[in-house]
Amino acid sequence: MKAEEYTERNETVDTWPIHIVTYRLGETYYCTIDNVDPGARFARAEGTTREDAERVALEKAQRYLRQTRRFPTGT
Amino acid sequence: MSEDVLVSTDWVGSHLQDPKVRIAEVDVDTSAYAQGHVPGAVGWNWTTQLCDTVVRDVIPKNKLEELLGDSGIGNDTTVVLYGDNNNWFAAWAFWQLKLYGHQDVRIMDGGRKKWLAEGKELSTDAPNVPKKTYTARDPDDSLRAYLPEVMDAVKQKSASLVDVRSPAEFTGEILAPPGLPETCQRGGHIPGAKSMPWAKLANDDGTFKSPAEIKALYDGVGVKGDKPIIAYCRIGERSSHSWFALKYLLGYQNVKNYDGSWTEWGNLVKAPVEKP
Repeated sequence: MKAEEYTERNETVDTWPIHIVTYRLGETYYCTIDNVDPGARFARAEGTTREDAERVALEKAQRYLRQTRRFPTGT
Repeated sequence: MSEDVLVSTDWVGSHLQDPKVRIAEVDVDTSAYAQGHVPGAVGWNWTTQLCDTVVRDVIPKNKLEELLGDSGIGNDTTVVLYGDNNNWFAAWAFWQLKLYGHQDVRIMDGGRKKWLAEGKELSTDAPNVPKKTYTARDPDDSLRAYLPEVMDAVKQKSASLVDVRSPAEFTGEILAPPGLPETCQRGGHIPGAKSMPWAKLANDDGTFKSPAEIKALYDGVGVKGDKPIIAYCRIGERSSHSWFALKYLLGYQNVKNYDGSWTEWGNLVKAPVEKP
């Protein structure tokens, strides 16, 4: 078995840059999303199609990112 | 020096059947291993197997001996670690194996991401490895910084503190990486720390930049290895990645990982905090 249809791309969700990696292993598509800076993976999903896996992972990413607060730094 | 501790995906691919080599995957996403892993690799869960599950601490010595023995690792085995997130937790495991004195530990440059992107073979089979008896050394605290030492370093300016978190974490704009739970009460950084985000040390494919490039980055912020270095992040895994680069790619002798990191410092009452 090998990772097939491997793709990477960057998008922005609610002003946060994200990096989306999707690939297929056997019959299952896997999508993982990291936050670019610092690069921590924080959402993932799997599905029978690329679209399903990415849609669910993006929904999770959006939900988690909305909980991230920005604080003043005095700069 | 880097040739001794960093191996390529091709090197790993050509040593899958080597009985002297044991490959171990350590991911942030603990479900990733089961999706498919390097054939023959064992999987270690950082949340349950590479820490003390009661006290906040690294894996106890007897548990490490058990884990390595069950993984078919003897004291003379070459251990190759890899994982997701640019090897963050593979580096965390590397640091712990060095704490307990394992001689030959290496990291697969580029980690899981590069292996997948290259379309290399994956397996979902659990490897059938012969158990071995492993004897660990007592932990080498010259590789690990504890809170009192960090506080002293701040007061005495006796060490170079390196904050490897993202710039937004360093300034205190955010309390945790975007999308992850906040795990501290205050944002900012340890006074005097230099910002050198771990990601600057890595190429887009997850591999480490060359030692010359990494040295230039650290030179640029005044961290030159002429005094002790203490690296920290949020929980100690990203700083393991930078600790690895400083100690093994640049060859700096006195480098410690402060695994208490910001989840310790940023929660302390009356601890000094610098912003931005």
